[in-house]
Amino acid sequence: MTSEALIDYVKGLLGDKTKWADPEAGDNFLTVASEDWKNICQTLATDKKCSLTYLRNFTGTDYPEDDEIELTAHTFSYSEKHGLIIKTRISREAAVCDTLSKIWPAAIWYEREIFDLLGVSFNNHPDLRRILMPEDWVGHPLRKDYKQQETYRGIPTTRPA
Amino acid sequence: MTTVIRELGDEQRELVLNMGPHHPSTHGVLRFVLHTDGEVMRKAVPEIGYLHRGLEKIAESTTYPGYVPYTDRVNYLEAMFANEAFSKAIESLSDIEVPERAQYLRAIAGELNRIASHNITIGCITMDLGAITPFVHLLRERETINDLIEALCGQRVTHHYVRIGGVAYDADDNWLKQVEKFLNHFEAIIEELDNLIVYNEILVKRMADVAVITADDAVGFGLVGPNLRASGVDWDLRRDMPYGIYPKLDFDVPIGAGEKGTVGDCFDRFVVRVRELKQSCRIIRQCINNIPDGDIIGNVSRKIKPPKGEVYSCVEGARGELGVYVVSDGTEKPYRVKWRSGSFSAMSIIEHISEGLMIADLVAVIATLDVIAPETDR
Amino acid sequence: MNALADFIINSLGLSGLSAELVMLLLVVAVAAAVFGIGMTISGLLTLAERRVAGRIQSRIGPNRVGPFGLLQWLVDGLKLIMKEDVVPHDADPHMFRMAPYLVVVGVFAAFASLPFGQLLIASDLNVGILYLLAITSLVTVGVLMSGWASNNKWSMIGGIRAAAQIVSYEIPTALSVASIILISGTLSMQGIINEQGGWPWQWYIFYNPFTFAVFFLYFTAALAEGNRIPFDLPEAESELVSGYNTEYSGMRFAGFFLAEFANIYLMSAIATTLFFGGWQIPGVTPEQQAGSLVLQITGMVVFMSKSAVGCFVVIWIRWTLPRLRIDQLMSLCYKYLIPLSFVCLGGNAIYLLIFPKPSSANTLVHMITTLFGGVLIVIFVTRVMYHHRISGVSLDLNFLARGEKGKYNPETQVRAYGSFRKKYEKKQGAK
Repeated sequence: MTSEALIDYVKGLLGDKTKWADPEAGDNFLTVASEDWKNICQTLATDKKCSLTYLRNFTGTDYPEDDEIELTAHTFSYSEKHGLIIKTRISREAAVCDTLSKIWPAAIWYEREIFDLLGVSFNNHPDLRRILMPEDWVGHPLRKDYKQQETYRGIPTTRPA
Repeated sequence: MTTVIRELGDEQRELVLNMGPHHPSTHGVLRFVLHTDGEVMRKAVPEIGYLHRGLEKIAESTTYPGYVPYTDRVNYLEAMFANEAFSKAIESLSDIEVPERAQYLRAIAGELNRIASHNITIGCITMDLGAITPFVHLLRERETINDLIEALCGQRVTHHYVRIGGVAYDADDNWLKQVEKFLNHFEAIIEELDNLIVYNEILVKRMADVAVITADDAVGFGLVGPNLRASGVDWDLRRDMPYGIYPKLDFDVPIGAGEKGTVGDCFDRFVVRVRELKQSCRIIRQCINNIPDGDIIGNVSRKIKPPKGEVYSCVEGARGELGVYVVSDGTEKPYRVKWRSGSFSAMSIIEHISEGLMIADLVAVIATLDVIAPETDR
Repeated sequence: MNALADFIINSLGLSGLSAELVMLLLVVAVAAAVFGIGMTISGLLTLAERRVAGRIQSRIGPNRVGPFGLLQWLVDGLKLIMKEDVVPHDADPHMFRMAPYLVVVGVFAAFASLPFGQLLIASDLNVGILYLLAITSLVTVGVLMSGWASNNKWSMIGGIRAAAQIVSYEIPTALSVASIILISGTLSMQGIINEQGGWPWQWYIFYNPFTFAVFFLYFTAALAEGNRIPFDLPEAESELVSGYNTEYSGMRFAGFFLAEFANIYLMSAIATTLFFGGWQIPGVTPEQQAGSLVLQITGMVVFMSKSAVGCFVVIWIRWTLPRLRIDQLMSLCYKYLIPLSFVCLGGNAIYLLIFPKPSSANTLVHMITTLFGGVLIVIFVTRVMYHHRISGVSLDLNFLARGEKGKYNPETQVRAYGSFRKKYEKKQGAK
């Protein structure tokens, strides 16, 4: 499917649950509410015509001015050769979302990374631990208001002047 | 004493082995926690993060052109592709036209880089399985490529050659002749590789039918590139989502056929990489024959301010889809950069396929999945 | 050695306690000499391995210390002696310290009954070959002990692998040796050599088709016993870090290291004795050799060259083949090597029943087997030459920097651009 045809098809499939962005540059994407997040992903991944079986990339972006964290899933279908970008927004404080790891196993590690770097926890995740930073690290580095701790286990994290 | 052993539950009777971060076969600093019952593993849990350099955080405080050298460090074996992926993202965000000659040069440099990277991979696979000699021979060939790339851009490993809007330096006819000379030499080496090591009986026995990854698993866990193709999924970004000058080029995409065992086993992953060497040589030859004259860099201002928006751009690197997701807020600095690398998803599948493998098999799996630590940790 | 001792004691006219003392001194002196020879051989083998590996990998190898790097092994040994002897904190210190001795003793004691020449043998035991098989088993104990005492899981896996492997491969080795003992009718090393002759068709490897097969069985099994690639699982570098000797350093590590190389020589020397006629010189009978010093030395050179060829083949295999997996290793032993050795043992017994020793039919079989072996070698060499030719690979490491005719040509030399680009262009412009 071409990307226009796919957008039309998905609009028909999901109805009024979707919000489409029309950015001045870059990729077009679909935003859904965080309550529908898992179900919509499930639908899009298993729908015969979409068959978005490949989770290409899954990441989060922090927007402190909106007090929200945006989760972005780039999905793709090898058989149909089309891709779709699905987004959701969750609040910064609560920062909880449903896991996608049952739909795409690749999400197990992507969600661990988001948990580690952005502090979003995922419900029903099989193995939610920090992945890149040490287990006892304080803070989530990719949040915009992140301040690096001064010492880690007694080791200064900045070079002495 | 005997009673004590009998009382132990199944879980306590397993041996927990710590493999890495410093271990001869965990290329770089990876760590695995192996739960084994004698030689047979119940589970191998990869632990990563020992090489985390915060490349995504650094991006938030550097300018767009200033971040390109950092992309060299995403994967030290394929710096060219990371440069290209990032440059491509910015080009498509801010509509920068790349001159044709620059695209040809990107392809030549990229394929040279792919050959160099595959040389290391193939050498490491054989070395991890005990044959040390092929590694040394392939390292010698990689040295020649490094010499060539050094002549092109002055750097041997962290190239910083592909820039936003084009490439940094032009190549003259003499350099192209040198590359052709190298190809004449290297194509004979590929033949020799086939004769000497690829179908070695022990090597085949060690890799055939070991750690089979089905096509469904491969897609589900997001394997890319040679690992995906070895599982029988016929997909190559250069052919199926063409970018640069790849649509004008003629090349085959080798996929795993279960030559000695099942589709998607270690041997397929090994042999797909060997076959790709030849295709890269083909691509470079076509580029050298058709390269036009002209500019090498488009009209790019010193300060790049892409409009507000976001883009995901990917290239087919040596480890498959190397993608970068860039969010721009209209300023000089990226708002968010996220790298999607082949090694990260390759690592994530190891726990899933490790059950029932032997310790020696795990070594083959790590080597054939071609996991590179800096790429997983970024 | 007994003859030598008798000669000295008788000529000095000693008896009683002083004779015992002289005997004791002699034993110590011979033991020291054998140990020294063993150490020198294994030291030189380490150098040989590195040089051969260098050639195979198209590099040079160590060539700086002494002529052709011949003193490299001494310097390496000196370095290892001067290093700190680390005993891990949680290791079992006594067993940890003990293990290398067992390995070294197990291997070097075997040198005592190696027939380097017709008269050059420390002790020609009448159970020589059995002694060799028995004393080298000490190595298993030492390796297992080192793996256990290190208190390191990788070491322990290495030690257990080693024990399983060496014990298993002992069986095909012993069965292959038994085939030869059947033919020779003696267990003495010199006896076995005396039964053979100088010419290839008089060697036991070409005695009949079964012994020809037995040689390959022996060689494979001995490779596995010596922990060499493709059977080097106990110290598989990419899997077990360094296996049972991971925690060792300094001289204790050198003990393991030298024992491994001494083991290579040992297996080649035993193969030379059992299959390749030992020190026998073509066209010279043992009686003729006994009387002449020149022929004695020639015999020693012959023995040494034959075993050196064996060592070279072992090193060659090491740098060519990948490694097996432990289950493949075990199935190779129990499913293929042991049944085949039994077949060969039975075949030899039947053969001896049909063709009693000196007969013309027997000679004909020797000749045909020799011819077969010769043809195999010719096929092997032509195949190697063919592949070398079709590969067409130039090993000119600097081919990019040379002109078409292979001469250095600055015009086609690779030039660095980058920051040097302007300089280069200016130069071009000036021309």
